[in-house]
Amino acid sequence: MKQGIFRILENSPVTDQVMRMVLAGDCSAVSGPGQFVNIKLDGLFLRRPISVCDCDSHKITILYKVVGKGTEQMRTMRGGELDVLTGLGNGYDLSLSGEEPLLIGGGVGVPPLYWLAKELIAQGKKVSVILGFNTKNEIFYEEEFRALGADVTVTTVDGSYGIQGFVTDAMAGKQYSYFYTCGPEPMLKAIYRASATSGQFSFEERMGCGFGACMGCSCKTVTGNKRICKEGPVLVKEDIIWEK
Amino acid sequence: MGKVNTKVTLCGIELDNPVVPASGTFGYGYEFAELYDINCLGTFSFKGTTKDPRFGNPTPRIAECTAGMINAVGLQNPGVDKVISEELPRLAKCFHKPVMANVSGFSVEDYAYTCEKLDKEAQVGWLEVNVSCPNVHGGGMSFGTSPEAAAEVTKAVKKVTTKPVIIKLSPNVTDIVSIAKACEEAGADGISLINTMLGMRIDLRTRKPVIANKMGGFSGSAIFPVAVRMVYQVAHAVKIPVVGMGGVSTAEDVIEMMLAGATAVEVGAANLVNPYACRDIVADLPRVMEKYRIESLSEFIGGVQ
Repeated sequence: MKQGIFRILENSPVTDQVMRMVLAGDCSAVSGPGQFVNIKLDGLFLRRPISVCDCDSHKITILYKVVGKGTEQMRTMRGGELDVLTGLGNGYDLSLSGEEPLLIGGGVGVPPLYWLAKELIAQGKKVSVILGFNTKNEIFYEEEFRALGADVTVTTVDGSYGIQGFVTDAMAGKQYSYFYTCGPEPMLKAIYRASATSGQFSFEERMGCGFGACMGCSCKTVTGNKRICKEGPVLVKEDIIWEK
Repeated sequence: MGKVNTKVTLCGIELDNPVVPASGTFGYGYEFAELYDINCLGTFSFKGTTKDPRFGNPTPRIAECTAGMINAVGLQNPGVDKVISEELPRLAKCFHKPVMANVSGFSVEDYAYTCEKLDKEAQVGWLEVNVSCPNVHGGGMSFGTSPEAAAEVTKAVKKVTTKPVIIKLSPNVTDIVSIAKACEEAGADGISLINTMLGMRIDLRTRKPVIANKMGGFSGSAIFPVAVRMVYQVAHAVKIPVVGMGGVSTAEDVIEMMLAGATAVEVGAANLVNPYACRDIVADLPRVMEKYRIESLSEFIGGVQ
């Protein structure tokens, strides 16, 4: 983990509700896809944890949905600087992917899969992606995933674009060696049941600190209590206990 | 003005400075030791430890508030045996001063059992006995809301321990002074206050409480004035040292707490927002002392006019 001051290079809408922000600064603490950053905002007490969508040595890209005070404030930012904790959380383990990994994202769970897809494709893996949204005008990053060279399927709950239904409907016809997913918990649960292989799930929880100090985001797993911010947010399928 | 003296003595043990990360915001130290040398601290109070392992409350356990936060962690900890066998050896590698052992329980016997075990640990300098956790039922705060129950816990712990016993009190009471006095009479070596204030948030969209446990402990800079008031009241009513806490986030806050009567000052929620908060406060103390013409912090305790 590192605390750093990042310059806002870009902050632009990708849909009505989802924004992309590009932050420039010291990214040396970021170790890989699936990690998150924790952002301090003026006038708000707790930091805002947001998953990393893409990262190189000096830039972090995040995609965030405007849902409350913090993200509303972020939406209005034009340039300036942010106090950001980077290198948080235990990300996806790429070594388990096999040759044909499947990546499944739902809504604002899509962003961390972008960097993951990029890395897996760079390793020569044949990557398939299923992106699930409620409706057509909420879709983002379909083209970006295609540009990486991934095989992309989009589902919408209302059928306004792509396959009508849930991501699990699109999973049924896919061959895959392993899977990685991130999205709302009901979706994760459905994938847990529908999946034919092992895989990794990225979870979301309200956090106090984001770096393992407060025990605010703990969950029970097969291998003991884990903190979503520290041992998570990514958990392997065999470790998960569904409580809610 | 020349060199300032930040040393204070808490229950017979000298601290290099009065800055003490509060229990539950600093784990067992090593998460923070990755970020800075935590030996710059006066000491720290480690995560509240109970007789048996505890997972704590269901999530969500955290809610944002104006100038603060609510937590309902519910004393998640691995239990005293694992704390002794696993956490303390790890702690000893990164922290080389006496540490404050924070203890909670669900019966008088629990408190005595856990304190007796931790009392035997060489690195434990003080026992901070939490009779004020708002997030567990049938334990914690229920011992801190009546003078009789608080005195009973104090007596039981004192009987089986040799190290200074500091009783950590709840602000969620009608008369904190009477409880502090009862602890003093029962043999407490110090009082620490305040634990979090019972609070609640409701999500407008779902119309449900934000916290799964409905209510939780409110902390952060918003509660600082309440904490200063209670520290002042208790420090003027008892002869034993008082450890002040509640919303402290700057060196100025530390000094204000000490003016109110605190011998040492704990810093809680600030660590969660700025992981370097305590290091920064320690580094800033000499500047603030010089600004207010304070040569020695220990001579300044309770100096409010």
